[in-house]
Amino acid sequence: MEAVAIPPFERFYEERKDELFGYLARLLGREAAEDAFQETFLRALRAYGRLEHGQHLRAWVFTIATRVALDERRRKVPAGEPVEIPVGDSRPAYAELEHLAGELPATERAAVVLRYGYDMSYDDIGAALGSSPEAARQAASSGVRRLRRRHT
Amino acid sequence: MTVSSELDRRFRESAAAEGLLDVAYDLADTPVGALLLAATPEGLCRISFDPEPERELDVLARAFGARVLRSPRPLEEARRELDEYFEGSRRDFDLRVDLRALPVFQRTVLAELVRVPFGAVETYGGLAARIGRPRAARAVGGALNRNPVPIVVPCHRVVGSTGSLVGYAGGLARKEHLLAHEGALLR
Repeated sequence: MEAVAIPPFERFYEERKDELFGYLARLLGREAAEDAFQETFLRALRAYGRLEHGQHLRAWVFTIATRVALDERRRKVPAGEPVEIPVGDSRPAYAELEHLAGELPATERAAVVLRYGYDMSYDDIGAALGSSPEAARQAASSGVRRLRRRHT
Repeated sequence: MTVSSELDRRFRESAAAEGLLDVAYDLADTPVGALLLAATPEGLCRISFDPEPERELDVLARAFGARVLRSPRPLEEARRELDEYFEGSRRDFDLRVDLRALPVFQRTVLAELVRVPFGAVETYGGLAARIGRPRAARAVGGALNRNPVPIVVPCHRVVGSTGSLVGYAGGLARKEHLLAHEGALLR
């Protein structure tokens, strides 16, 4: 199979920037998301010249964003503190749950948001969290269980 | 959720300031229309009369690397020199140009071409003779037609042996405009 060509960074950035900013705002709140956004795309740009093909670029940049966000939360936000959750987007079922996810530990929160907010596979979520797909599945389901315990 | 224009601008600026780009590009308004300007860290590598970046991005990425991003700061000097040229306060460009990606013959032709001064013209055959290839007028025409940095590397100053304008990648109207601006129109 022929490798997928790497698009010029401009095109990749324009295609992904709003989605990535939305994701970071969900994890960190809008204000902290601004710095994380900048850091995410600068990291992506640093690595972009070394990519060998253009496959899985979406999952790849979500991985970078997740790591940036987890670092940021460990550094700044005390665990479990709720952050501002922007609403919007066309996912009503998840939107009902979303405002609660701010109370989860960082890893579970990222797993829940990636799975139910962005429909990512557990393979990709595992890569984003630096863990196995199985561990990603467990983080997401333990996050959902925790939400149910607290709010039903 | 939409990225604010301020955040977008900050990212584009940092990307260039940190030296992470293979190519930065931007658009510029000039009397000969909107131009796309692009530069590598080595210098100006492209002036396109087609200001629609979509078509140009892939070409730039193939020639110089995939880290191509619109970012105004690295093009500031080019923009300023072009403004001065069109205002009439500049006759020669001091910009560095990056012609590394070109074949040797074309580089030779363009290097000789920049010695044709503001206000003068040369013929295709004359330019061929100046690089020691007097019978290569046609090949010289081809090399000029694919000049990646027109205006700054002044291929508009090359005309046919009868003084006719012959051709220009940006269209004859632009060539005529540039030569008139330089006071070099033959009639």
